[in-house]
Amino acid sequence: MLIPCPHCGTRPVEEFTFLGDAAPTRPTTNDPSSMEAWYEYVYLRNNPRGTIDEYAHHSGGCRAWLVVQRNTETHEVYGAVTARAFASRKEAVAKGEQA
Amino acid sequence: MRYNVFSLIKNTLSGHKNWEPAWRQPEPKKEYDIVIAGGGGHGLATAYYLAKEHGLRNIAVLEKGWLGSGNIGRNTTIIRSNYMLPGNNPFYEWSMKLWENLEQDFNFNAMVSQRGVLNLCHTDAQRDAFARRGNAMRIDGVDAELLDREAVREMYPFFDYDNARFPIKGGLLQRRGGTVRHDAVAWGFARGADSRGVDIIQHCEVKGINVENGKVAGVDTNKGFIKCKKLGLATAGNSSETAKMAGMRLPMESHVLQAFVSEGLKPYIDGVVTFGAGHFYVSQSDKGGLVFGGDIDGYNSYARRGNLPMVEHVIEAGVAMIPSLARVRVLRSWGGIMDMSMDGSPIIDKTHIQGLYLNAGWCYGGFKATPASGWCFAYTIARDEPHKLNAAYRLDRFRTGHMIDEKGQGATPNLH
Ligand SMILES: [Zn+2]
Repeated sequence: MLIPCPHCGTRPVEEFTFLGDAAPTRPTTNDPSSMEAWYEYVYLRNNPRGTIDEYAHHSGGCRAWLVVQRNTETHEVYGAVTARAFASRKEAVAKGEQA
Repeated sequence: MRYNVFSLIKNTLSGHKNWEPAWRQPEPKKEYDIVIAGGGGHGLATAYYLAKEHGLRNIAVLEKGWLGSGNIGRNTTIIRSNYMLPGNNPFYEWSMKLWENLEQDFNFNAMVSQRGVLNLCHTDAQRDAFARRGNAMRIDGVDAELLDREAVREMYPFFDYDNARFPIKGGLLQRRGGTVRHDAVAWGFARGADSRGVDIIQHCEVKGINVENGKVAGVDTNKGFIKCKKLGLATAGNSSETAKMAGMRLPMESHVLQAFVSEGLKPYIDGVVTFGAGHFYVSQSDKGGLVFGGDIDGYNSYARRGNLPMVEHVIEAGVAMIPSLARVRVLRSWGGIMDMSMDGSPIIDKTHIQGLYLNAGWCYGGFKATPASGWCFAYTIARDEPHKLNAAYRLDRFRTGHMIDEKGQGATPNLH
């Protein structure tokens, strides 16, 4: 697999460390009433067969945290953005849903 | 027909033309008491023990591919019961006891070979940890021997004992561990289940799970709707996808694990050996090939093939342990998809849906567990309650904080 790092260009997969699915959102409170949300965040995964957005650390390169979009069935890589850009996009979507 | 020396002689004299097929190729009936989704090792073992131990007959095993096409035929064939935690060790030791009598029990040669599993240690701290693990095993009645460096050298003189980074300090040996011919395990359980009336239906994929009023009603398949009272899911690698059909999200990810076999060599490594400074395990098959593997690739995958960096990583670890491996040629590598659970331990449990049972999350330790997994899952399905051997493998343990974290590393889907 080749990963297109927004900073370094296309780099081989062994330069990256994967952290897994970027879909779960960390709860913003540790109030006991949020236990269920924490349980879901820490343990439950959609584990899709198909497209996934996943955290990848460019540990052998620029050391930035990225979110790579990839197909888990074919290993086709669709693209990569910085984790910061992914988080802003996710926040915008969440706000859009609230409005 | 039973296999024995007389049936062998009789069939030899008639030119091996009259052997009966080992199992039937039935079309699915409209309805079964119990349907098992997944005709791998665990699913077939479950059907076998449901019939043999619980006297149930109206059972179908549905397999989307051909029998034994999944991880039962893709693993490195190692059996052992060298676990430490209370929730794990009695279960794996029961599996070892079942392995020890399996061939007589299902009348099939599975080439169970208790050639010993040796885990190498490379630091004083690791030796202390092995002593602790060995003691925990012995408390549970499992055999364990702590070997010093010279005792290991006696067994395997060609290891790199003075490796600058990872010198070999000794090892933990379980003599009763070993290897089993993996395909024969699938075939033996399939034949044993079939002869007791279980329908094994190949190329029959479960496409949907029908639940009515909180109760399982049947499954949609490419061969039509099949009604059932109870449904057991044994689809490891693909468990999240199967559970989604019942509206469940599971605490696991699917990852690819690669395995390798070398060209055939003369007898070289007579047991199973694992490197303790990286992740590498090796044994030699009866055909002479070295069968070995290492870690998962490290990213979510359903692809059944990995990438080259892990091939390089595994072989580097192997050469660090056995320098002469550098001259051995690798014939093949392949991949299998693992249910990587969030604490490295499996799930054998009921679910919140009546009549729906889950067998999942085997990480990459499922092969050695095959008989006990089938035995416990059969018990859980037949009695509608877990046996005490699988009572710790609850689905809700992640919610209640009762994880079985053998490595003590917390919630990550890369344990085993
Ligand atoms: Zn980079």
